[in-house]
Formats: sequence, structure tokens, C-alpha cells
Amino acid sequence: MSAPLLSLQNLVLSFPAESGRTAVVDKVSLEIARGETLALVGESGCGKSLTALAIMRLLPKPGRIEPPSRIEFDGRNLIELPVPEMRAIRGGAIGMIFQEPMTSLNPVTAVGRQVLEAVLLHQPLPRSAAHERVIELLQMVGIPDPRQRFYAYPHQLSGGLKQRVMIAMAMAMRPRLLIADEPTTALDATIRAQILELLRQLSATTGTAVLLITHDFGVVNEIADRVAVMYAGMIVEEGSRRELLGQPRHPYAQGLIKSVPRPAARGGKLEEIKGVVPRPGRWPPGCRFAPRCPYAFDRCETELPQRTAVSPTQGVWCHLVEYEVHA
Amino acid sequence: MTILSAEALLEVRGLRTSFPIRSGVLRRVAGEVRAVDGVDLTIYPGETLALVGESGCGKTTVGRSLLRLIEPSGGNIWFDGVNLTRLAPAAFNAYRQKLQIVMQDPGAALDPRLTVRDAIAEGMEAFGIGASAEARTQRVADLMRRVSLDPELMWRYPHEFSGGQRQRICIARALAVDPVLLICDEATSALDVSIQAQILNLLGELKAERRLTYLFITHDLGVVRYFADRVAVMYLGRIVELGRTERVFANPLHPYTKALLASLPSLDPERRGVRPLAIGDVPSPARPPPGCHFHPRCPVRIDACSRLDPPVVALPDGLSRCLLTLKAAPASQAAGGAPPPAALGRTETGDSA
Repeated sequence: MSAPLLSLQNLVLSFPAESGRTAVVDKVSLEIARGETLALVGESGCGKSLTALAIMRLLPKPGRIEPPSRIEFDGRNLIELPVPEMRAIRGGAIGMIFQEPMTSLNPVTAVGRQVLEAVLLHQPLPRSAAHERVIELLQMVGIPDPRQRFYAYPHQLSGGLKQRVMIAMAMAMRPRLLIADEPTTALDATIRAQILELLRQLSATTGTAVLLITHDFGVVNEIADRVAVMYAGMIVEEGSRRELLGQPRHPYAQGLIKSVPRPAARGGKLEEIKGVVPRPGRWPPGCRFAPRCPYAFDRCETELPQRTAVSPTQGVWCHLVEYEVHA
Repeated sequence: MTILSAEALLEVRGLRTSFPIRSGVLRRVAGEVRAVDGVDLTIYPGETLALVGESGCGKTTVGRSLLRLIEPSGGNIWFDGVNLTRLAPAAFNAYRQKLQIVMQDPGAALDPRLTVRDAIAEGMEAFGIGASAEARTQRVADLMRRVSLDPELMWRYPHEFSGGQRQRICIARALAVDPVLLICDEATSALDVSIQAQILNLLGELKAERRLTYLFITHDLGVVRYFADRVAVMYLGRIVELGRTERVFANPLHPYTKALLASLPSLDPERRGVRPLAIGDVPSPARPPPGCHFHPRCPVRIDACSRLDPPVVALPDGLSRCLLTLKAAPASQAAGGAPPPAALGRTETGDSA
């Protein structure tokens, strides 16, 4: 197996708290292979979006990446990269799209001009060639009448078209990694289906790896190859899409998937996870899910679980699974 | 259709709600957005009717028009035999007790300066429920316990609660005045999936305990399939399909319903592949296309769809507004009102939720 495209090693992100600093992302390790789509799944506040921002070194202040975290992209540790080189990677080798296309686009500049800017920033092209490249990009992401739409302002485009413009901008430099943070959450169902189709197609034809941040297992099933589930700043389970959706082993992952209303649940009660997600700084000393876990036993309350491999590709951070596997 | 059903709790006929479009320096009315463009709906006691559609289709405006939070510009709303649209504001106020709403964003729906006790008791005071302040406080405590909130927390303010807890407060506040019909407008959409399951379970229990009727406004088809007895699908101000939930999900008739259902991702790892059946984007409600509003996006449109307003085709369990459904349906069905669900043999739904 060749070296992964992106590898996070013990990523710790901290924010100031009442006393000292609190880790909001705690020793997260992840790998993404070339061309692969990895979904990072979790509920609000679990740290999935901060992880994505940290990869781009866009963590909002006063957040900090704590040593000895490593973010290796193509063999280089992004954390140690000088600012100009990091700037070349942002929007170059790594593209990013966000949940709200409205707030990511400049409202007073025509959208084509904004994509043009992204192209010229990384590639010194003559104006006319760059213009043609933008038209080509708008066409590639399925924007009808790209020559006319070049001059449209963001408010003249629907949410779906704006997200397509964002994707065109992110794909402008043929990135090796596309980070997509809840790319379809703000979109309507019929438009979401179109954008998922587009992402799937782009990743297949360009070989771009995708880190998909989402809370929606339906979206995960549509485009992910592998899945990692986060809870309270840590990864609790990782595996292939089939493993995670078919045989989730961590009680949190199981609970999350079962709490989605599905046809079989009709007329009955939905499985619910009791209680609420603890806030950073209020995390229990042992397994962070222990206070809400229906299977928790004494060891869960005192000791942080380690990774247990249940298959060559599936790993679970749970004491109970560890006992089951080693028994 | 003006045939009123004796079994109906709420009956809506030809509901229209428009918003003026103002432009220029003088803010002259230059046009109007027909957010709700002739909606007929019947809600039967004890059922959950889902109103589903994408943003801008007018589903929220329907809910607010029923409560006259937005005054409808046309049509009639009968509740328990009384025409609410004809009532003077003072007379209508008495009906606000029977019709309550739970909104999407519980953070915005609660007054940040009121304690939880005062927020829940406010409606009781307005409708003279509870003999004294102490009696109302006692009732607030009971309601809080019922929605799984600690009554000790009643003197706290909304910002001290999580999103899911705030939604429980909003539900307790709505229940405090003993409503008959509860309108849930995207009540679980802003919540995380594990919290959404908690709130849906709570709403299901409350419905059975208090024999409530729900109008469930949502964009989430998974929630509809789980929770609703019947479903009305809205597109650009009109209801395009209505029927029993099982039938609509198993055998959708309107091309828009088909597109919506095809866009619903599965959680089964052996089945993937949502199909983007609808072409392009939702047009602006200010300039709906002529003829069938869905025709520019419809994969099976015929020439006539851009010219003719689609007829309402009555189905055994509801309706479909599509020329092609009319062609496919036997002629005998293309008239008359829909029978009440009692006649449809809906045994497996009803009180079991």
C-alpha cells in the first residue's frame, strides 16, 4: 500500500477555558488514501468541522493546534509549513467547500470573476485563457449557460447553483483533496441529490480524494468509501461504508444509525440516545460516551478505551467490543 | 370543492396567501408572491397529516395562515364547524387556545427575558387556565416533568438550556393551554439526529395520551414516513399530491413526489444511488411557470403541461394534480371529494404511534 495522501496523527486542538486550555479535538488520527472519499460523521460540537479547518490551518483564533500533532499531506507536515507555502496549498492542492454557499461567495462580485480570481491566484494565465478555463469549470459542475452565468451575482443564483460555483472554485486547481463541510445540508432534497451525484462523478473522473464532513448517514451511504464517527472530540469507530452502516459496533454509532427514522420503525418507537452531548471541558474521565451508554460498566467510567480492530479495516474504541473480540 | 365532511376537525378550502412585492423609492406594490395558491386540506381528529415540500413551497405559510399569524388573502378555514376566516380578531382569539404551534428554532421562539415558568404559564394566564399563580406554577411543573425536564429548572432562562431542551419547553408551552390541533413547523429540523429521535418519540406519546391532532410541516421525508398517517406534498404554493403515507411512499403518482422520494438516501449499505429525477432548480415563487408549476423540471412532461393548469384528480385516498395521472386514472375517479380516512381501512396507523 502506498503512503496515504493525508494523515492526521494525534491531532489535538485546544481553546482557552476558565482554567488553562481545553482540548476540543483530542488525539484524532485519520488517513485518507489517494482518490478515496472519507466521511467524518458526528453531531454538532463533536469537533468534525474544527478538524477540517485545522487541516487548512484555518482554525479560528484563539484555537490552537497543540504539539505534537502532525498533519501530513503528501509527505509534508502542514503544521510546520511557512505561511506562503500553506497559502499555495489552500485552494491549490486542497480545495474546500462549506455548508453555506451564500456566505462563502462575495455578494458584490460576479461569480465568474470570483472563480477567475481563484484560477489566476494559482496559475499565471493570459486573461482570455483564464476566462475560458472558468467557463470550462462552470460547465464541468453542471451550470447551465455558463457564458451568461459568468456575469451573474450570487443573489441571482439559487442555493444549488451557488454550491456548484463553490465546487467549481474548489476544483479549479485540480486539487488532490477536496474538503467538503456539510456541502448539502442547506440544500433541498431534489437539489441535494443533484449535488451528491456531481461530487461522486467529479471524484471518480478527476481522482480527487474527498474528506466529507457530515451528520447525515444518508449522505454517507451515497458517496463515502470509508467512514469515521466522532463523539466529544474523539474518533469512536472507523471502517468501510459497508461495515459502518451494516455492522456498527460502537454503541454510539449504533444509536446514531438507529435513531434515524426509517421505514421499519413506522408505528413503533425510535431508538433514542438518552441525555445530551457533554460540553468540552465537562468530558468524563473514562469513555466519553459512558454516561449515555446503555452497556456501560465500571471500567468505562474510569479508563479511556483504546482502538480494537474487529476487521482489517474496522476499528472501535470501546471496552465492551475489546472484551468481545478478545474473549 | 365545497363539500364539507362531518368528521373533519379542520377544513381548508381555496386558501390563498400572498405577499406584496414592493419596489422603487416609493415602495409601490409592483406585484405579489402567491406563497399559497389555492390549497384544500382536510384534517381529521386524531390523525397526523404531514405537509411536505422544499423551501419556498409555501408549507410554512399554510401553517401560519391557519393560525392567522399571517392573514390569508382568500379562502376559508373551518374548525369544528366555525369559519375562522370570518371571525373578528377578538372572537378568533378564543380559537388560538385550540390551535397551537411549535416552531423550528426554539431559540428564537422563546422570549429570552422570560423564565421557563413564565414562558409556559403565559398562555394559561391569557386564557384564564389555573385558579391562581401557584396553581399555574404547579401545572408548569407537571408539564415540565411530562416533557422530561427537571421542574427545579423552571426559574432559569432559555439560554441556559440546549436546543433539544428548549424544544421541550416549546412543546410544554403549547400543551399548557390544552390545544386540540398542534401545528409542528419543522419542529425537529434544527436538532441533532439523536435528539430528533427523542422529540419525535415525545410527540408520539403525547399524541396518544392527549388525543392530539398534528399538522406536521417538514421537508424531511424520513420523518414523514415514520410519523404521518397521511401526507400532502406541496410545490410552489399548490398541493400536488395527497394520500395515505404508505401508498404515497410505495406508489407515488405525481412526478414531483417521485423525484422527492428518489432523492431520499437509503441507510442500507447494499442500496445506494439517489437519482436526481428533477431537472434544474426550483423557480422563484414570484414568477411561477405557467400551466403546471413543476413542468420545467418534470422528466415526463408533455406539451400541454406548459399551457394547462393541471386538474385535481381524486384518488381513493386523496388527490394528484397532474395531467398524466388524469390520463392514467379511470374517468369515474376524476370527480368528487376524497372520502374520510375512516373509510379507507387505515387500521395499522391511528393510535399506535
